[in-house]
Amino acid sequence: MTPLLTTKGLSRNFGGLRAVDNVDFTLMPGEIRAVIGPNGAGKTTFVSLVSGRIQPSSGAILFDGADITGLPAYVRVRQGIAYTFQITSVFANLSAYDNVALPVQRTLSDGRSKGAVRAGVMSALERTGLAGRAHMPAGQLSYGHQRLLEVAMGLALKPRLLILDEPTQGLADSEIDNFIELVRDIAKNATVLLIEHNMPVVMQLADRITVFNAGRILAEGTPEAIRDNAAVQDAYLGTAP
Amino acid sequence: MHFGPHLLLAALEGLVTSAVLALTALGLSLVFGVMRVVNVAHGEFFMLGAVLAWAITTAIGGHPALGFLAALVIAPLIVGAIALIAERLVLRRLNYNPEATIVATIGMLYIIQQLALTFYGPEARPVEPPFSYRILLPWFGYSGYKLSVIAASALLLIATWLVLTRTKIGLIMRATQYDSETAQAFGIPVGRVYGGVFALGAMLAAIAAVLIVPISQAHYLMGQDPLLLSFIVVIIGGLGSLRGTVVAAVLIGLSDGIISMFFSPTLAKIIATLLVAMVLVFRPQGLFGTASR
Amino acid sequence: MSEASPAKAYALHLGAIALLFVLSFLLPEYYHGLLARIMVLAVFAMGYNMLFGYVGLLSLGHAMFFGAGLYGAGLAIIQLGWSVPAAFTAGLGCGAVLSLIIGLLALRSTGVAFMIVTMMFAQVFYLAILYFAAWTGGDQGMVVPQPARVLTFGGTSLDLTNPTVRYMSALALFSLVLLMMLAIVRSRFGRVLVAIRENEERTKMLGYDTFSNKLAAVVVSGTICAASGAAYALLFGYVGSSFASVQYSILPLLWVLLGGAATTLGPLVGTLFMYYVIDVTSGYTSAYLLIVGIALILLVLFFPRGILGSIRQRWLGWLP
Repeated sequence: MTPLLTTKGLSRNFGGLRAVDNVDFTLMPGEIRAVIGPNGAGKTTFVSLVSGRIQPSSGAILFDGADITGLPAYVRVRQGIAYTFQITSVFANLSAYDNVALPVQRTLSDGRSKGAVRAGVMSALERTGLAGRAHMPAGQLSYGHQRLLEVAMGLALKPRLLILDEPTQGLADSEIDNFIELVRDIAKNATVLLIEHNMPVVMQLADRITVFNAGRILAEGTPEAIRDNAAVQDAYLGTAP
Repeated sequence: MHFGPHLLLAALEGLVTSAVLALTALGLSLVFGVMRVVNVAHGEFFMLGAVLAWAITTAIGGHPALGFLAALVIAPLIVGAIALIAERLVLRRLNYNPEATIVATIGMLYIIQQLALTFYGPEARPVEPPFSYRILLPWFGYSGYKLSVIAASALLLIATWLVLTRTKIGLIMRATQYDSETAQAFGIPVGRVYGGVFALGAMLAAIAAVLIVPISQAHYLMGQDPLLLSFIVVIIGGLGSLRGTVVAAVLIGLSDGIISMFFSPTLAKIIATLLVAMVLVFRPQGLFGTASR
Repeated sequence: MSEASPAKAYALHLGAIALLFVLSFLLPEYYHGLLARIMVLAVFAMGYNMLFGYVGLLSLGHAMFFGAGLYGAGLAIIQLGWSVPAAFTAGLGCGAVLSLIIGLLALRSTGVAFMIVTMMFAQVFYLAILYFAAWTGGDQGMVVPQPARVLTFGGTSLDLTNPTVRYMSALALFSLVLLMMLAIVRSRFGRVLVAIRENEERTKMLGYDTFSNKLAAVVVSGTICAASGAAYALLFGYVGSSFASVQYSILPLLWVLLGGAATTLGPLVGTLFMYYVIDVTSGYTSAYLLIVGIALILLVLFFPRGILGSIRQRWLGWLP
């Protein structure tokens, strides 16, 4: 089986700092992969390189076997790489409906019909439980709902790879449980790459875990293997259980 | 006259233009550098300086040098005060939002221009130079006053540079320019710095105008060319860079003097404006400026 | 923008057009002529609003697009002897080509640099008109002779210098552009433009080529402004360089700010209101630029949403 995403020797320097250092990474279709690591380990830089928001200093990125290293971000989105922002960046002055309509109208192939946009928007809003708030300006939604709207926008892109950057940050416990269900639901049709600090969420969701430290991959494996990995405990989980 | 002396004359004229332009553009550049405000009314402060110089010299009378010296002191002070009031009443209330301040300074431009037309009138009026000594060169005589304008401008530029690099005021200004929020946190009164810089920028334009008004005349529309040329200088020199501003002013002043001797001034303006627009499109940090910040 | 109440929006716009139609028979001669002029200039403002209001790009050079239409049509009719429809098309073509070139260059810059770059290109355009005075008449401008301003098709001919014909032609152009703007705003393209205004980076990450969308907006905006300029040349018969000066880049900004940026009817309201203010104050002062200046400052200070923008915010959320 062809990997959905491969990076070869991927690096990015900021001045003298190697934020991402020679990373070889492989992601198989259908996986839920969690990326964890201490703050400043290069996780967000890594997914920004994958999504095309920043350009690598060296190395290559392959998506479904094709080299996408030089492609601008919007083309990668069209090829199926969706990115949800770490800091919520919904269009605050537009309604929740319009926020989701933007990705929906672009992925529609039939062109004209207004009904198709409406159906697509409402289905994404229903999946995220926001249907009742469709006409509220996004900026007036609660923080948790804005995060969900962010996911709804990602979903509406019908991605093959959905990158979620710290999606549960700032969510209440009850919201987190719903969120885990939502990601499992999404993973039926898409591969998920998840940056997450909340370890219980990672342990429940991830098929495999990649641990970043100082811009490099420190370890990779199943949740159990990572939990038992002494180096990871040292670098990240600390010595306490 | 042969080509050589002709060129020398053009170069001297160009240097006079450069000297005045450097002062004017420096004012625009300081305001942009520290406050991130593009002051479209800058040319009108220049015009106000010239018009006030005429008013002051006319009111004082007597020996031309007396009136001129009075104008050189009083006109910039009045212009600075007007700029300070405008800053307090308008720019500060807009939180120095770049786009809103452009629109507001366009408004100031129209207001100042129309008030000048109403109270000063549409005539161009001369101001007598403080002295009329002519320096005799082998090929032609040249106005001693024009040479003194070059010298005065050079002195003022050096003084400004010293203030910016060697004094506490300069340090405060640079700190505000670099990061106004941190400066505020360190107890720098950013609001007052902004007010002072805006007034200083306008005063530099006014001084330049007082210097030039015995050569060209005072007119209510005279602010437009200096504004355009200052924009050009600031863009070529790199926004907010003092050295770049001076280098670019000399370059533009000289080429303006020389080109307009040989080409139609309109064509020269077309080419210059187009080139500068292209610089801004393809090399926004300017030709001399480093991408500071 | 919202999906709700399209019927209300269309009713309002058709009502406004009907009102302007009826006014043609009620207004005294002076105001009849003035309103025709205002409708043509409101088209200019609508073109400006397309870019400033919906995409959030503040251009200080739109006089060049108006000028491209004005001179494109004027030169075609005066120097080349073209017919009225051909000259109008020439004006549109000049505006479209110019805005495409300017868009490709100026959109490489953002924010303040975009404002200055557009102002400089417009200045080049203005100076070029003065420089090529042999064809353009320089700062004297050109007058389009009355016989050339007759539209003939089939056996009938329409004299564009006739006040009623002129008014109705202006109204036809205005209505067409107004309904087109309403359609654009409610379209997917309009939604993308607003998204770019709100957050360009985010819009890219939804898979949109924001540069191409902005370029398309510049061309649509420039062509609408050129339509206004071409109509001005044909209906009012004067082609002058002052219409390409900086002042005519500032005026549409003022009209749009006053009427309400990103509202479809705002440009008309702003243009009308500004002419009304100038008309009222002309009894006291001839310095109308003073009023323009004061209006600009008061608007950005106290009233940044403009008339219709404030009404939309307070009372009528559905207003397009």
